[in-house]
Amino acid sequence: MEVFLFSTFNGVLYGMLLFMLASGLTLIFSLMGVLNFAHASFFMLGAYFAYQISTYTGFWSALLVAPLIVGLVGALVERYGLRPVHRFGHVAELLFTFGLAFVMEEVIQMIWGKVPVPYDVPELLNVAAFEWRGLQYSAYRLFMLGVSVAIFVALFLFIAKTRVGLMIQAALSHPQMVQSLGHDVPTIFMWTFGFGCALAGIAGVIGGNVLGTEPSMAITLGPIVFVVIVIGGLGSLWGALIAALFIGIIDNLAITFDVSIYPLFALFGVAREAEGIMSDLVNLTSGGISPVLPYLMLVLMLIFRPRGLFGTRDV
Amino acid sequence: MAALLRQSAVWLIAVAIILILPVMVKSGFYITMLNQMGVLIIFALAYNMLLGQGGMLSFGHAVYFGLAGYSVAHYLNGVGEETLPYIPVSLIPLLGGLVSLGFGILIGFVSSRRAGTTFAMISLGFAEMVTALTLIVVTFFNGEEGIQTDRWIGPEPFGITFGSDVQVYFLIGVWCVLATAAMYALTRTPFGRMCNAVRDNPERVQFIGYNTHRVRWLAFALSSFFAGIAGSLHAINVEHVGFETVGLAQSGLVLFMVWIGGAGIFAGPILGAILITLLNSNLSDITEAWYLYLGLIFMIIVMFAQNGLAGLIVMHEPIWKTNLALFRSMFLPYVLGIGSSLVTAVGAIGVIELLYFMRTRQTAETVTHLYWMEVDAANVLPWAWSVAALVAGYLACRQTYPVMAASYSAAIAEVKAMVAS
Repeated sequence: MEVFLFSTFNGVLYGMLLFMLASGLTLIFSLMGVLNFAHASFFMLGAYFAYQISTYTGFWSALLVAPLIVGLVGALVERYGLRPVHRFGHVAELLFTFGLAFVMEEVIQMIWGKVPVPYDVPELLNVAAFEWRGLQYSAYRLFMLGVSVAIFVALFLFIAKTRVGLMIQAALSHPQMVQSLGHDVPTIFMWTFGFGCALAGIAGVIGGNVLGTEPSMAITLGPIVFVVIVIGGLGSLWGALIAALFIGIIDNLAITFDVSIYPLFALFGVAREAEGIMSDLVNLTSGGISPVLPYLMLVLMLIFRPRGLFGTRDV
Repeated sequence: MAALLRQSAVWLIAVAIILILPVMVKSGFYITMLNQMGVLIIFALAYNMLLGQGGMLSFGHAVYFGLAGYSVAHYLNGVGEETLPYIPVSLIPLLGGLVSLGFGILIGFVSSRRAGTTFAMISLGFAEMVTALTLIVVTFFNGEEGIQTDRWIGPEPFGITFGSDVQVYFLIGVWCVLATAAMYALTRTPFGRMCNAVRDNPERVQFIGYNTHRVRWLAFALSSFFAGIAGSLHAINVEHVGFETVGLAQSGLVLFMVWIGGAGIFAGPILGAILITLLNSNLSDITEAWYLYLGLIFMIIVMFAQNGLAGLIVMHEPIWKTNLALFRSMFLPYVLGIGSSLVTAVGAIGVIELLYFMRTRQTAETVTHLYWMEVDAANVLPWAWSVAALVAGYLACRQTYPVMAASYSAAIAEVKAMVAS
């Protein structure tokens, strides 16, 4: 029971990190129609900036400054990179961000090297927060959860209560109408892009020291974030939240409990002593298939409900 | 007769080059490179059936390349162990193509409902899934080790054993010509035209009464088939198939080739595949930053040259077809424009190389080679020169590019006037 609870807790944590990435991505996507392939690269940038800043002034200032810089970099990328490409259409924009992700990984390798950098959990929080039936839970993980929930609440208040938030909401569904009403849509685009990147940056700052800060961290997480926004329904923040938590929890439970998936095959009358490829499949455990699970969910979702959980339009 | 000859001239020249090349280059390094080039030309053209012809941007087309490769490797091993019936090695790419066609039909059905961003995302999902499966389904993919195979199997018709790389070169050459011809012919069929229509205006195509999903699906399946042929040739060529052949890096590489070469023009992917294979083989030993350069070139092409390098060439076609003398007034602006671009590039490469060297060096040694010179990276001079070249080149570009564009527009205007009169 306690293992189950702890594992679910970790799953929620991972899910909230995914949500921080996915919320920015889905906002940018539904606002601008741009699938930001480099979104996870901004997450990585957040982690590296935080590492660099924390070597000078410690973790807490990094938590504040790094996301701001990442957001600024994002806004600059939108203004001077993406906006000129906009006239060539969405495919060109997607290609631009794909190239950007590629270049960012190379640049990060150039500056910080190919091996992981020692970006550690701050001393203050590197203790056990509580112990329950012999299992310890780290204070830093609680802190991560706190930050991500705070960000989540702030994001919803921002979208629902502020003037800019309402403008973004309006631009989500009726971009032409918003433009006709005289709002400066390109500037909204720029700051939304920067804002989304900053959210990814925060996730990088608080997640980088747990997940490991290395040049491949963007490419491992990026595709899963895409899965999250498709499953949640493109443009839906609630959908992104549910899908992120769902994937986070499933992933953690699958790895923790590592049960055999043979019963699934038994349903179809496959013998335990199968030959060839089937022998690989019947001997699999849930931990073994956990890397495939998000993509499997994506495919099933596309077949049975192409608009995602909360989406209003088919993908 | 003369018209027929003129039409087929490009093909005849291509075949002639393919026949002459192995005689001219004797070294094994270049034969290996040419083999790789041939495989990638087929793959790039297959990919462009999706991207250029059908408007579907895929981040996972290596899946069909790699799966065919794995299948062929297993088939060759099966024939070697005499558990599978023999077919000549020359025909095996067809087998691999059919395997990929099967996968293309299955996966294409789910993913080709929409084009554009959605299609791209789904293709990425499938690519990641197959990449993850390489570590799970060990009997087929054999994890990170991949599958080793041997192309020297069965009887030896006409003494062809594919023991040497040169024999494989001709195998790839023949398949390359066949596949290119087939894919070119496809663009001329009504189906090929429908692909373009679906790319440009799917809504209108639906109104006319076509099923856009079915057109895309068919294009996807056929593209997978040709990617499978390329993957099979890859397996025969290197006699090993690893998990990297299905991965995102391979899909990204073919995307780079196609877009840098030019997706909108049939020959663009060929140009891209040749150019990038050349650079890849020759530069990856010299500089560690090769992938950074590749990414930067790609981004520059995305931002400034929608139809890639081939597009830049084709852009000038009306001029040389009307009157070569028109180039005279363009000569100086072009030399200045290209010259200032080169200065910028020299500066940028200098900065990147010095940075790379300083950040990745293992010893305290600060002396390195830059542009065939020995420079001390701890000294400020090489940095200053590089930055100066970069800035000066950039400023010069801002002056010379408008002039270059103006001279081009003037020439085109004259062409129009000539054609009209």
